Amino acid sequence: MTMEFDNNLPIYIQIMDYIKREIVTGKMKAGDKILSVRELAAELQINPNTVQRTFQELEREGVVETRRGLGRYVTSEESKIMSIKKEMAGDLLERFINGMQELGFSSQDITAIVTEAVQSEERR
Amino acid sequence: MVDKILKFEGVSKSYRSKTALNNVSFGIEPGKIIGLLGTNGSGKSTLMKIAAGLIPASAGSASVLGVPVGLATKSAVSFMPDRPLTESWMKVRDAVGFYRDFYPDFDEEKARRMLDFMNLKESDRVSSLSKGMNERLQLTLALSRQAKLYLLDEPIGGVDPVARAKILDAIVEFYSEDSSLLISTHLVRDIERIFDEVIFIRDGEVVLQEEVEDLRLKHGKSVDDMFKEVFAE
Repeated sequence: MTMEFDNNLPIYIQIMDYIKREIVTGKMKAGDKILSVRELAAELQINPNTVQRTFQELEREGVVETRRGLGRYVTSEESKIMSIKKEMAGDLLERFINGMQELGFSSQDITAIVTEAVQSEERR
Repeated sequence: MVDKILKFEGVSKSYRSKTALNNVSFGIEPGKIIGLLGTNGSGKSTLMKIAAGLIPASAGSASVLGVPVGLATKSAVSFMPDRPLTESWMKVRDAVGFYRDFYPDFDEEKARRMLDFMNLKESDRVSSLSKGMNERLQLTLALSRQAKLYLLDEPIGGVDPVARAKILDAIVEFYSEDSSLLISTHLVRDIERIFDEVIFIRDGEVVLQEEVEDLRLKHGKSVDDMFKEVFAE
């Protein structure tokens, strides 16, 4: 696993996003075992406490779960994975809409532009 | 309440008329990797040497696990100086033997694993090692002791990016989680990812101590950018 970090943002948030992306795109599957703190820290060349924090946050959000004595696993609840997907889509949309509004497009314009773009993508 | 691994209270140090440290106070918790960041001549090495018990403070107190720094704390502290302690006649094997004989807490098995990781051969002559390989050897020797506090003075100074990456790998891989590491450097960008906290030291004074993730969150900046800002001339 290789990851380019942006040192301007908290590293733990970047790893959280990375793991969520892996889950949503199916590279990590529901119920898969996750690397240990130590292994992931060594692989990413970062502080183990940062990895620990990443896992704590992911656990709090229900994305991963700890099974006592066995280690950490990706949640086996498909509904949770769906909701991560929605959350990520929401972030993308928000950024897009903000950007378009800054460019001066109205809501109708944006909808029309998106519809058109999607249609032309399908025709390709 | 767990004792701080290292604690400085109002520590000052003067060399004749020159003040190297002025009223420095900070504490280090167990299990942390701390970056001691400052430009050349800011007082990093002086601070390290006081913590290691190699030079006395002119004023204030320094303690390790609640015990004043001195003979009693030397067994808990492993210091990697910015100049090697090994002799030029030594082979890597002799350097390891020297440390083993000198420090009862030296873990020879760990040293072997680290040498292997670092691509160092026991038959290599210390004097024929490149600067980068020598840094790797010094780090191996320092981290192979079972200490509570490791003081690494400029472990990546003057080595190329490849050797730097290897040294960082080794630090993450081989440090034990109940101990703490204090690493001094002025090369912030390459190493900031492995820190829990950073302490900025300027003209002998601590100007900032903060958790790096909080710093990024609060300022939206890398430690490197903060460093450049604080130390801009």
